[in-house]
Amino acid sequence: MADSFLSIQNVKKSFGDVTVVQDFNLHVEPGEFVSFLGPSGCGKTTVLRMVAGFEEPTAGKIMVAGKDVTNLKPNKRNVGMVFQAYALFPNLTVAQNVAFGLKVAGMPRADQEKRVAEMLNLIKLPQLGDRYPFQLSGGQQQRVALARALAPMPKLLLLDEPLSALDAKVRVSLREEIRSIQKSLGITTIFVTHDQEEALSISDRIAVMYGGKAEQVGTPFEIYNRPATKFVANFVGTLNVLEGTVSDAANGTVRVNAQEVALKGKLNGSRNGDTLSLALRPEAITLGRRPGADASLSGEISEVHFLGSVIRVRVGVGGSTVSLDTFNNPSTPPPAVGQKTDISFASNDLLVLH
Amino acid sequence: MKKRGAWWAWLTFFVGAVYFIVPLIATFEFSMRMKRGEYSFEAYRVVFASSQFQQTFTYSVIVAIFTILLGVFIVVPTAYWVRLRMPHLRPIVEFITLLPLVIPAIVIVFGYIRMYGTNSWLPFLGTITGTNVLLVIGYSVLALPYMYRAVDTGLRTIDVKTLTEAAQIMGAGWPTIIGRVILPNVLIAVLSGAFLTFAIVLGEFTMASLLNRPAFGPYMQNLGANRAYEPAALAIIAFLLTWGCMTAIQFLARYAPKSANRPN
Repeated sequence: MADSFLSIQNVKKSFGDVTVVQDFNLHVEPGEFVSFLGPSGCGKTTVLRMVAGFEEPTAGKIMVAGKDVTNLKPNKRNVGMVFQAYALFPNLTVAQNVAFGLKVAGMPRADQEKRVAEMLNLIKLPQLGDRYPFQLSGGQQQRVALARALAPMPKLLLLDEPLSALDAKVRVSLREEIRSIQKSLGITTIFVTHDQEEALSISDRIAVMYGGKAEQVGTPFEIYNRPATKFVANFVGTLNVLEGTVSDAANGTVRVNAQEVALKGKLNGSRNGDTLSLALRPEAITLGRRPGADASLSGEISEVHFLGSVIRVRVGVGGSTVSLDTFNNPSTPPPAVGQKTDISFASNDLLVLH
Repeated sequence: MKKRGAWWAWLTFFVGAVYFIVPLIATFEFSMRMKRGEYSFEAYRVVFASSQFQQTFTYSVIVAIFTILLGVFIVVPTAYWVRLRMPHLRPIVEFITLLPLVIPAIVIVFGYIRMYGTNSWLPFLGTITGTNVLLVIGYSVLALPYMYRAVDTGLRTIDVKTLTEAAQIMGAGWPTIIGRVILPNVLIAVLSGAFLTFAIVLGEFTMASLLNRPAFGPYMQNLGANRAYEPAALAIIAFLLTWGCMTAIQFLARYAPKSANRPN
């Protein structure tokens, strides 16, 4: 961890008797894009605000570039931040907003103008320098807020749900733009979101938070495919959960709806007769028998939803319902409700939730 | 039904208009009768030509400007801080700012005379400048309910917390935040408070009279007690001044920065 640029060590935050962040640890490498993902009230924004200096940790330490900033005021941290509510100064034009931090830092006027022009080009709004915030759309305002945060060349960029107030289409295009700007500048970035798709699509790593703790920190691939806890598995992506009973612990066999499924090395010390929650992503399941899939279950199709390119099928397996997606094939009609079918999957894709 | 409603609305409007306008017209008509047998602006000419009018009016305008500056200096940071960091104290601060409405000016000024007399530890009343300063302080107290409410309403239209944090994270200290971010965004509200303060100071009698300062209020009272037509002319002038202030507030409100910091 000697290389970590931002280091959050054993941080705790309490408001009165309520502890909102507990024992939070994270080490972020230089130039890394890390997302804090979690439901409302999980403490993700509080951690971000502690990094920004707006909240003081009750315990623990925050280091930026090897310097302890735990008790440093926000205006001394050289950190850039973009807020959910844009927070552009209504009385200043776009150019004046972007120049605000430069002016505060005492940069000569000519250099300020040059830097503002650079920033407006970076966010692809060079023609809007003279406009006021109320004359811009939400997406444009947030891009200006990003330019304003980046103008003073901060060491660290903090993004507090910057896309939440925007409509769906703008969110997607702006998140890609944020990621591309972040990559081109190589700036270490923390991004707070409750939108898993956002976090999965643009992050180098994700810290999934719940109840003030980091449940799992990992790459999007790890978080999605190898969730460490039941909460992470449920929160990130769609999940089918099946109840199983360990039938042969020695051989790693579990009985699911009177059918045996082999779980190689995943039983984690469970004993015969133990009940387990087994999870499967919809995309890991195939309708019918798939070559290479070593596990299968029999059931009956209970629902079929035609979504255009994709058909979502729900199959009743014993007392549970399993969701799976198949691609639409114009030459084959969609499966029918009531049809008996097998579903197959690789037992390796089964997750045992602890 | 709709027609009947409109009729009542017009009647109410007419009664209200008569109630307000008739005394005004009567005062104006009376002020024009200084010369026997003809209407003229003689009373206005006499008032404007009076050196006492000019002196007292200038004095009150200067006092009003200092009162406004002191009011802004006290109220803007207070209202801002209460909104940002101590919202739980808001009812208490509001109560304190309302006190000048229930405590008569005469009580306040007697308190001042007792507290800041020549034998006190802070003898404001020992010098003319000191008395002028005390008058400005007293007027700031009288204008507090209006100034505080105006500024607080202005602060309500902006996202004070986020704007403050946005400025802080870019390196700004408190003077920069208040001077460059908060004040410009509540400027129209501050101006509204300033014009109300101006109107109060211009017409105030009790404090100026008991502190023996040559202000416009005591001059108006003195004139009213001794002359016939000039007080009516002065009343119309004072009325026009107040209206001028109100129009200025409305005009400046058009230039208020549009709040774009709240997404919805």
